[in-house]
Amino acid sequence: MVTTSEMRADAKHGEIDQLEDLRDRPGLFKQFRTFARKQPLGLAGGLVVLLFIVLAVLAPWLSPFDPEASSYAHMLAPPGTVSDEGTFILGTDDFGRDVLTRIIYGAQTALFVGFTCALIGATVGLVLGVGSAFFGGKIDLLFQRVMDVFMAFPLIIMALSIVAIFGSSIQNVIIAITIPFIPRCARVVRSSALAIREIPYIDAARANGFSNTRIILRHMVPNVMAPYLIMVTAFVGQAILLEASLSFLGLGVQEPTPAWGLMLKNAQEYIRSEPWIAIWPGLAITLGVFGFNLFGDALRDALDPRLRSAQ
Amino acid sequence: MRPSPKTIEFRELARSITVAAAADYRHSWHGVDAPMLQYVVKRLLLMIPTILGAAFIIFFILRVVPGDVCELKLGGDGGYYDPKQVEICQKNLGIDRPLYEQFGKFVVGIFTFDYGNSMDTGKPVVEEIGLRFQLSLQIAIMATLVSIIISIPLGTISAVYQNSWVDYLVRTISIAGIAIPSFWLGILILLGLLNISDWLWGIRWSPPLTYRPIWEDPYHNISQLIWPALATGYRYAAVATRMTRSSMLEVLREDYVRTARAKGLLEKLIINRHALKNALLPVVTVIGIEFAFLMGGLVVTEQVFNLNGLGQLLVHSVTGKDYTMTQAIVMIIVLMFVFTNFIVDILYAWLDPRIRYS
Repeated sequence: MVTTSEMRADAKHGEIDQLEDLRDRPGLFKQFRTFARKQPLGLAGGLVVLLFIVLAVLAPWLSPFDPEASSYAHMLAPPGTVSDEGTFILGTDDFGRDVLTRIIYGAQTALFVGFTCALIGATVGLVLGVGSAFFGGKIDLLFQRVMDVFMAFPLIIMALSIVAIFGSSIQNVIIAITIPFIPRCARVVRSSALAIREIPYIDAARANGFSNTRIILRHMVPNVMAPYLIMVTAFVGQAILLEASLSFLGLGVQEPTPAWGLMLKNAQEYIRSEPWIAIWPGLAITLGVFGFNLFGDALRDALDPRLRSAQ
Repeated sequence: MRPSPKTIEFRELARSITVAAAADYRHSWHGVDAPMLQYVVKRLLLMIPTILGAAFIIFFILRVVPGDVCELKLGGDGGYYDPKQVEICQKNLGIDRPLYEQFGKFVVGIFTFDYGNSMDTGKPVVEEIGLRFQLSLQIAIMATLVSIIISIPLGTISAVYQNSWVDYLVRTISIAGIAIPSFWLGILILLGLLNISDWLWGIRWSPPLTYRPIWEDPYHNISQLIWPALATGYRYAAVATRMTRSSMLEVLREDYVRTARAKGLLEKLIINRHALKNALLPVVTVIGIEFAFLMGGLVVTEQVFNLNGLGQLLVHSVTGKDYTMTQAIVMIIVLMFVFTNFIVDILYAWLDPRIRYS
């Protein structure tokens, strides 16, 4: 027979083991170094992401001009034009605004929309997905059918329908992009959570009389963090692309806010005579999305061992 | 000589397989096997709640607006509008009827292709859509062809030479393909065409703007539509390349590939006959699903090339607040998506018997 004191001793050993585990876990810096060594493309992506974050944060100090001030004297000036106020390194647009400045400020819009949509969309999806997996049965079945319905709308079509009704403003663009993200994240998280539900510690938690909310939030959610983080990084890139597409169609961010898609929309008219306006904003979108995708891919490889070899 | 235990085991296995096959045939219906038929019916039934749900969402979204679509259309910009006109508009659309009646009419309309009249032109929506559908469908098909031609060889090469410079190049190209917005690629293509034709022949050539069906004027048709097909096809190819690569990598690690290598089969044969065939299964899915998304993606590309297709019609209807038109186009795109998914699933089950038996 096992006495209580023996059990206590066992528990203590367990705790000590856990502590040792924690001690052996490599530090953040070491983890980062391993990531950088194993995932050179991911590191490159991370650097691009960092570059855009720096651009967005330091925009007022980095950019040479005011992003919204138009100037009739310098309309459609080619790259490198020197004026009294400074040099238009990448030229100016049809309102005489500096293209470089608008690209730097555009990073603010893109990242703001990108991170907000990705975080809200993925988090709501996370809670719904884990909840559906946890309750299972009829709730799960119904939930899956509802997700099927939402997934039947291509991303941009759903976003367009939402903008069609609520009108185009930056808040509505964020709503329009966030909603289609929810089922996409919920589905991925649900499949991971289904596996976790079968692990005995969930039964143990139930046996302890913990509430459903507590089990979902404290015991299941932390264990599906890997797919969640992967989805978030993937979503940021997608959201940037979607926002640019909506703005390009004239249904997203409105003038005079600097946004890359909007810049391309205006540039279309001048493609024959002043092609530089069309090149740089597109390059910014591509580079931004490219960075997030590379980083996200590498993160997935690092966090999800099952996919490590395959992708 | 007594047969060895291994041989007996093998004979047993062979017998059981024959028995199973015979049972299968007995349960088949005119040669179509029962599980497959069951699967098709099951998949078909699953489509109904999805379509109804999508119809409900589209219907609901258009009714949560403050006031109603008529007020929004006529007075949305804060301008003055005649209440009488709103009444006429409401009557025309039937939104003065109870909600359940409206929804019933909408659902019946989906299956009978009656989507009402455009709020802008007054013509039946189906007529307006029909005119543009052909063009969008042609681009979608051409883009699919482009992507198949690019993705399968690239993905295979990338997998076979994993972690070599070729692999890195292909991966970079495919990740870039997902990052490049198709509308920017479209602008770049137009820009390239202008400059290259200027440099070669001294004329700044751009694709024709008017649409002519391919059977009337193939040259005109192709020279107009190949560019948007390339711009959308590149992204599509990027997704399919990544899928081909990863599924090929998985298959190349299978035992039977090792066996094929062990018995000295040519590497070329192993890849083409043994590995690729099995690796293509998930690629079929991706290509199918992307085809459905392509119809959505065309919304932006058509804008760049100024093509009068379904996508442009949708954007015009959204900006012009033509709600009946928006509702119909979104519903049609969803229907196409659901049907393509259905066909992909059936194809998949047909190619991979494990699915219909599970």
